Amino acid sequence: MANTNELQDLTTQVRRDILRMVHKVNSGHPGGSLGCAEFLVALYNEIMDRKEGFDMDGLNEDLFFLSNGHISPVFYSVLAHAGYFPIEELSTFRLIDSRLQGHPTTHEGLPGVRIASGSLGQGLSVALGAAQTKKLNGDTHLVYSLHGDGELQEGQNWEAIMYASAKKVDNIIATVDLNGQQIDGATDHVLPMGSLRAKFEAFGWDVIDIEQGNDIEAILKGMAEAKALTGKGKPVCVLLKTVMGHGVDFMMHTHEWHGKAPNDEQLESALAQNPETLGDY
Amino acid sequence: MKTYTYTEKKDTRSGFGAGLAELGRTNPNVVALCADLTPSLKMGEFIKENPDRFFQIGIAEANMMGIAAGMTIGGKIPFTGTFANFSTGRVYDQIRQSIAYSDKNVKICASHAGLTLGEDGATHQILEDIGLMKMLPGMTVINPCDFNQTKAATIAIAEHHGPVYLRFGRPSVPIFTPADQKFEIGKAIHLTEGTDVTIVATGHLVWEALEASKALYEQGISAEVINIHTIKPLDTKAILDSVSKTGCIVTAEEHNYLGGLGESVARELAIHKPTPQEFVATQDTFGESGTPAQLMDKYGLNAEAIVNAAQKVIKRK
Repeated sequence: MANTNELQDLTTQVRRDILRMVHKVNSGHPGGSLGCAEFLVALYNEIMDRKEGFDMDGLNEDLFFLSNGHISPVFYSVLAHAGYFPIEELSTFRLIDSRLQGHPTTHEGLPGVRIASGSLGQGLSVALGAAQTKKLNGDTHLVYSLHGDGELQEGQNWEAIMYASAKKVDNIIATVDLNGQQIDGATDHVLPMGSLRAKFEAFGWDVIDIEQGNDIEAILKGMAEAKALTGKGKPVCVLLKTVMGHGVDFMMHTHEWHGKAPNDEQLESALAQNPETLGDY
Repeated sequence: MKTYTYTEKKDTRSGFGAGLAELGRTNPNVVALCADLTPSLKMGEFIKENPDRFFQIGIAEANMMGIAAGMTIGGKIPFTGTFANFSTGRVYDQIRQSIAYSDKNVKICASHAGLTLGEDGATHQILEDIGLMKMLPGMTVINPCDFNQTKAATIAIAEHHGPVYLRFGRPSVPIFTPADQKFEIGKAIHLTEGTDVTIVATGHLVWEALEASKALYEQGISAEVINIHTIKPLDTKAILDSVSKTGCIVTAEEHNYLGGLGESVARELAIHKPTPQEFVATQDTFGESGTPAQLMDKYGLNAEAIVNAAQKVIKRK
């Protein structure tokens, strides 16, 4: 059980990893990655019940599926720091012959990844399938998933959302990264989705709001509430309000850094705002 | 010449249903999913015997493919069931990313493939599915020819680790392969020995090829008929060995000539042994409403068309 300070230090290091990874190859998606750093650090180091090592079947442990695969930098960094593969391997992100592909894949055998994602809208269906297999196996562990808010514009999500409650898949906690941004601008500008709480509730889900999605204590509290709602016949949705680009002042509150890497000067400024904690890879 | 007869006709989809039911009894990891077409896919027996291992997805094929991919995590072997059109074109990206690229052990079982779906017309008659599926790296593509072979194939693919596309159909067709056959993925089956022309056929066209070989025999033409139930991986050796004898080949399939069995065969011949080839297939067209027999006649997918193609290709030797 890590304390909040340790998780915060790890989060800061993950931010540095993200920035350095995308800077090195001048590509990748820093904005959403930075915004989800606290959540994934808390999930992997405090919330999920994980086994040592990695096997694809993941029997008798909690599972996580990343649906918005473009935030691979934060996913890879968190996986590496959680011990799935060497932290030094982060330096191969998006390079030829790397296991750290632009979007996550099982194809190169990277431990910790159970499904390819990147083409949006598919992860919730996969997570539901894994959750139903857990039930068939008599495995009481939970399945977690993460989705972008813009990603919910993909129709397959709503097939899955409808299915989950109809089939009482109550061993899943699906989190939506509510950062309000997508490539072409604010989500409310591109395609306003109205109240996601109302929509999920109308589809028969229990919904938890985490208003401070970049605050570790708030995340731990909200996820504990979400976990308490599992096993009661309904799927659980967490609406995690984050700031895209969080932790780097010039990347915050804008869609501009969705898929753009910082230049040398920008990297220096961004790293200065996130001083090294656990050591750079 | 070896001849084949039949005493009974049945639909290949019933072979799938029978195979799935047997898997339900013998393999506890097999689960079945369906997008609101259980009677059409003949899944009733499995569902009745294994209600806890059946998942009714509703009319949501994209979700079905994703759920199937997820179910493999934890050791299940999902068999998805819907029409061929909704098993492939409708959900191509879901299959590509969540199943094929993710190396998931999902069996995509597709009924009502091709023109023989009949009266529902072109919206439901996919003639492009073999091409779509064979282009996916790692995907195995199988199109068995009768009830017995479809049942055997269904059972066999559960033992094969990796994604499989199993294609079958709606109409009743002659049962002429053995009930006790062991299905070997990727292994062509020689049905007749011949010296003048090779006919390789898949699915419903295999029986038509046998009928064609009888007609050709009466004309003094010796045809070697090979049942290519597995389009990918293709049994190249069987094809090359045969054309080494006959010097020409006819491919026959209920599919567009673009992307189908014929193109796979042509590639192997081009690389290893350039050989005159004729294609019995649809000619880059959509289908239409009609009875299966009317459609197969109109679009040139029957014994008569194979005979004509054989006569033509022999002249090109």
